[in-house]
Amino acid sequence: MDLEFSADELAFRVSVRAFLTENLPEDIAGKVRASKELTREDYLRWQAILNAQGWLAATWEQEYGGPGWNAVQRHIFAEECALSGAPRMPPFGLAMLGPVLIKYGTEEQKQTLLPRILEGTDWWCQGFSEPGAGSDLASLKARAERDGDDYIVNGQKTWTTLGQYANKIFCLVRTSATAKPQGGISFLLVDLDTPGVEMRPIRLIDGGHEVNEVFFTDARVPVSNLVGEENQGWAIAKYLLTHERTNIAGVGFSMMDMARYRKLAAGITRDGRPLAEHPVFAARAAEIETDLEALRITNLRMLAAAQGGSAGGMGSSILKLKGTQVRQEIQDLYRSALGPHAAPLASDLSENELSVPVEAARAAPAYFLNRKQSIFGGSNEIQRNIVAKEMFRE
Amino acid sequence: MDFNLSEDHEILSNTLRRFLSDNTSVEGRNESAFDAPYHSPDLWMALCELGIAGAFVSEDQGGFGGSAQDIAVIFEELGGALCVEPALGTLMAARLLAEAGREDIVEQLIAGEARAALAVYEPELACALTPMATVAAEQGGGWVLTGRKSAIYGAPGARYLVVAAKTGAGIGLFLLEDPQIIAAAMADGGGIGELVLDNTPAERLSDIAGPELEQALDLGRIALCAEAVGAMSSLVDMTVDYLNQRKQFGKALSSFQALQHRVVDMQMELEQCRSILISAVAHYGTPEAPRHVSMAKNLVGRAGRKIAEDSIQLHGGIGMTWEYPGTHFAKRLVMIDHQLGDQSDHLMRIMSGTAA
Ligand SMILES: Cc1cc2nc3c(=O)[nH]c(=O)nc-3n(C[C@H](O)[C@H](O)[C@H](O)COP(=O)(O)OP(=O)(O)OC[C@H]3O[C@@H](n4cnc5c(N)ncnc54)[C@H](O)[C@@H]3O)c2cc1C
Repeated sequence: MDLEFSADELAFRVSVRAFLTENLPEDIAGKVRASKELTREDYLRWQAILNAQGWLAATWEQEYGGPGWNAVQRHIFAEECALSGAPRMPPFGLAMLGPVLIKYGTEEQKQTLLPRILEGTDWWCQGFSEPGAGSDLASLKARAERDGDDYIVNGQKTWTTLGQYANKIFCLVRTSATAKPQGGISFLLVDLDTPGVEMRPIRLIDGGHEVNEVFFTDARVPVSNLVGEENQGWAIAKYLLTHERTNIAGVGFSMMDMARYRKLAAGITRDGRPLAEHPVFAARAAEIETDLEALRITNLRMLAAAQGGSAGGMGSSILKLKGTQVRQEIQDLYRSALGPHAAPLASDLSENELSVPVEAARAAPAYFLNRKQSIFGGSNEIQRNIVAKEMFRE
Repeated sequence: MDFNLSEDHEILSNTLRRFLSDNTSVEGRNESAFDAPYHSPDLWMALCELGIAGAFVSEDQGGFGGSAQDIAVIFEELGGALCVEPALGTLMAARLLAEAGREDIVEQLIAGEARAALAVYEPELACALTPMATVAAEQGGGWVLTGRKSAIYGAPGARYLVVAAKTGAGIGLFLLEDPQIIAAAMADGGGIGELVLDNTPAERLSDIAGPELEQALDLGRIALCAEAVGAMSSLVDMTVDYLNQRKQFGKALSSFQALQHRVVDMQMELEQCRSILISAVAHYGTPEAPRHVSMAKNLVGRAGRKIAEDSIQLHGGIGMTWEYPGTHFAKRLVMIDHQLGDQSDHLMRIMSGTAA
């Protein structure tokens, strides 16, 4: 048994850390630490810096512009990024569509679309969910009917994350009615400025605008925008959703959030004692850190298994479940630490006149928004169903 | 043993429920809850005409109620309708003003002509009264206050502030009229204020008000717990309705046993909260009150978070949207824990055994 990384892996970590120290813009890291919304420009600025270094598309093969990392290196990179306060890059182009195109795309699609993802010319969003098709994604109704060299697309997608920043959307659409609903689904790329495509904002629990709904009314999409074969969409979607799982536990984010909590607790006094010395808070923080340390090791165990080629099964579901539980628990701890000061909404965070620490002013809204962690990416109930199926199968 | 409401309380509860359901909606609430004055003055006036502020103080002090049970009945209805009107601040301030013999002001509060709020907590004070940093000093025959007060619920738009400050003798209460406050919306809506005092002249209400102040705060805590019970009850109902109506995998979500069990756990927590609230109400005014109030506030804090989080989870994406009313009930339940001492503060009070 050896819990340590190899000398090479440690050297890699040092180089990543040095790069981040040198290149991560402080204004962007500050926003991330304060749970503030990032602008499109913030993302693109950081994206360009990573791209110049060749570290942007961590999961892509080298010939398409990926860094050629193995799973351990990807893990170290993701963890260091999270710890430093680097933004979590939206996964839609980089972690989802990219690998799909590399595996299923035509040569032409790879040549034109992959570079545009790296350069930030295209910002993709994900059009899978519909009002009637959430956990039961296969029941989706948006349909694409063949008309010469085009598909005519009708229907509605929803919960489209950061669609307001995007110019393109990859969709699952129904192309034929089969007995098994999974059978008639195709994977289609759509320009958002196509006539007949309309996006509307959805306001979320924290008052912010992060997701959208997208309506398709007789939108004409060239057949050349199909990825893979017609009616092969379900297999592609499954590949997309299971492709990158090393960072699913979000251990790095939890470590950063815990450090942020420690810092806050050390600076706050409540009823005559530093919060860090409050017995209830001290006990809770110690328990969460214990869970987090166990999770860190669980994550490494899964990672080692993946390196050894024996990964899969319920492992990633367990990482998603526990990972989101720990992250949400830390969000709760952080909000609770503020006591009465979590209540007021500071209108201008940078110079609010309230006695809430500026960097913590979004603690309550961020806690509420992060309830999403256990809903999207396959809800925690669905993850439990997956594990149960595996444990109880005949 | 009889756990039924008295006939009077039954009438009070039904009247208020009907009024709120006829005259308010979550959408309407949200239109006023996040911008100054963070509530609807018309609705507050209508509620006062209905007599809710009058029910905050006893008959011999100019009101027509004032028992802990009156307060619980009223706040449970306010919570059930997610009413954002500034009842909490008015309640605590009215009690203290009545104690101080200021029936002239209490009358205005009851009539809805003016509002009042209580400024007791500070940047470093969340649930206890010591060590209080705000001091009161005699100056030229009057009093001046220096310090900073935060977490003043209902402060925006209040004509009167009852302010707690340290005097030579203990903790005194002072009155400020037309105060200058820093106003903000709460994360779940409603108004909150902070107050910076710098040799600010104030009128003395009483020199030593520690026990009265604790009693008013405990009544405020009972009010919050009752509000939470009302909100929990509405939210559990909404969750059941949603699961009955939402279909995935060709059947109603309510047919999945894993989800049914989650709702059963929510209901169980709600029943526990109802019970601990009854206990706190029954002990109010006895030496045992602080301990029972702290038990209620601790349990409601824990259960409120659980019910809020589970209801969001069971709704899926819909539960995350601003448009869905249940979202705002969930937020209210979580934020109630931040008011007048949270579950940790009250756990400490229970463990210390004194809770006084
Ligand atoms: C903030 C946010 C961002 C998102 N971004 C995107 C995006 O960019 N693109 C995209 O396509 N989608 C996105 N989604 C959608 C997300 O994938 C869905 O919300 C998710 O699949 C759940 O579907 P639903 O919301 O319809 O809930 P439902 O499927 O209706 O589920 C409601 C509840 O029932 C439970 N449930 C459902 N079926 C079962 C079962 N069989 N057994 C037990 N419990 C069950 C669920 O776990 C949940 O608790 C996003 C969602 C959110 C909240």
